[in-house]
Amino acid sequence: MNKTPLYSRHVALGARIIDFGGWAMPVQYTSVIEEHLTTRSAAGLFDICHMGEIDVNGTGAFYFLQHVLSRNIDGQKIGQMKLSVLATEEGGIMDDLTVYLLGENHYRLVTNASTKDKDYAWLLKVKDEKGFSQVEITDETDNIGKLDLQGPRSEDILQQVMPANLHSLKYYHFIQTQVLNIPAIVSRSGYTGENGFEIYAPHDRIGEIWDRLLQAGVDYGLKPIGLGARDTLRLESGMMLYGNDMDETTTPYEVVYGWIVNLEKDFIGRDALEKQFSGGVKRKLVGFTMWERGIARHGYKVFKDGLEAGIVTSGTHSPTLEKAIGLAFVPVELSKPGTTFDIQIRNHLAAAQVVSLPFYKKEKQYAFFNIFI
Amino acid sequence: MSKVNPTDRKYTREHEWVIDNGDGTVVIGITDHAQELLTDIVFVELPEIGKQVKPMEAVAVVESVKSVSDVYSPVTGEVIEANQKLEQNPELINQDPYGKGWIAKLKMKQPEELQALLDASGYEAFIAAEQH
Repeated sequence: MNKTPLYSRHVALGARIIDFGGWAMPVQYTSVIEEHLTTRSAAGLFDICHMGEIDVNGTGAFYFLQHVLSRNIDGQKIGQMKLSVLATEEGGIMDDLTVYLLGENHYRLVTNASTKDKDYAWLLKVKDEKGFSQVEITDETDNIGKLDLQGPRSEDILQQVMPANLHSLKYYHFIQTQVLNIPAIVSRSGYTGENGFEIYAPHDRIGEIWDRLLQAGVDYGLKPIGLGARDTLRLESGMMLYGNDMDETTTPYEVVYGWIVNLEKDFIGRDALEKQFSGGVKRKLVGFTMWERGIARHGYKVFKDGLEAGIVTSGTHSPTLEKAIGLAFVPVELSKPGTTFDIQIRNHLAAAQVVSLPFYKKEKQYAFFNIFI
Repeated sequence: MSKVNPTDRKYTREHEWVIDNGDGTVVIGITDHAQELLTDIVFVELPEIGKQVKPMEAVAVVESVKSVSDVYSPVTGEVIEANQKLEQNPELINQDPYGKGWIAKLKMKQPEELQALLDASGYEAFIAAEQH
């Protein structure tokens, strides 16, 4: 199994380690609920070193990325990041990733851990087949460590260990700076629905930042957080998980990613997506809460009037809302908030209702949180 | 870290406990070790009264935030009572697995099945072996 540079620290902290797509990762240190609530009320530190980083460089980088990404990156500024989909020819979601513009003709794609190798091979293939000779694509994953610092106190904590001012850093923007005396990239972004940061630094020095942050965060209630709480935090915030809620058989229009598809430019998958856009989708990913007792889980079937109608892609007990929540694919007719359907839990059916996403929204949002990213 | 496993009852290799009431009925639950592995128990599906069960058949289901686990019946019998408090307070299993966190009461059909189960020290040896 792959291990991140922080593995021995997790073991020393008493974490329970699981195999997460070939990576030995902490699923929890104390309790998922406790870690979840800590992130919502104070701050949490996450080891995200398993995620992928692929650099795209060279004079052809912009045109190359315009060709492979669903999102129009024209107008993206240095210091700005964007969420995008990497689509297949059929319009399926090969990955959802963030695109950092680090400098002129220098982009960094931050990918899911499980999809990185596939993405990398695909990008190289497109480059060769389509003749993008002015592009250099490199897999930087092994060189880069990544931490997420999330929660209302995260800015107070991070500011203590870096000189650059964080206050002026806008949502979905980043600075290339120093944390301690280590060169790092810090973006205001994350996967929890809280204000927070993603921190990138050299792989062999990320441990120093981890240690120092935990130390600096003691007075603010900072704790290390495992993947268990990362999953409940993202689900409460209505964010999808690749491989669970979407994959190559899913298109952006069927999930909540229609807004990061720009049909006015040409890119791989565009024609298929335009066809789907004009014809309309048949199924949609919706949020639901359980009306009756029970927790719906990934793979459970959805029924309407006794007939099978869809499938649950994510489901858990929400620690903040203290009720069962989830995401499911249902026919478009059943996708309107307020619609009810049943979910088969073991040998019985339990009623659920479609609700608007997100399930949880921070009351006092960070000022830049509501703008389109 | 772990609580002491009481010596007044028997244990299964699937981490259930069973206490013999001496009147042909038993009370069952899950062990401290099991609740510790599950951590935050947020849902318990209780059996209906009258349900017939056999060893290694699911008699209840406990769910943590992350996982769904069957609770197996240690014996052959019929469910005559279930701990309804767990519907509102599933965390009782975490807090008091050997007391207030009991799951069901069964009427045994084959009381001799109890003899095949582990005593407290046998169960502890079993856990120790499982962790290596």
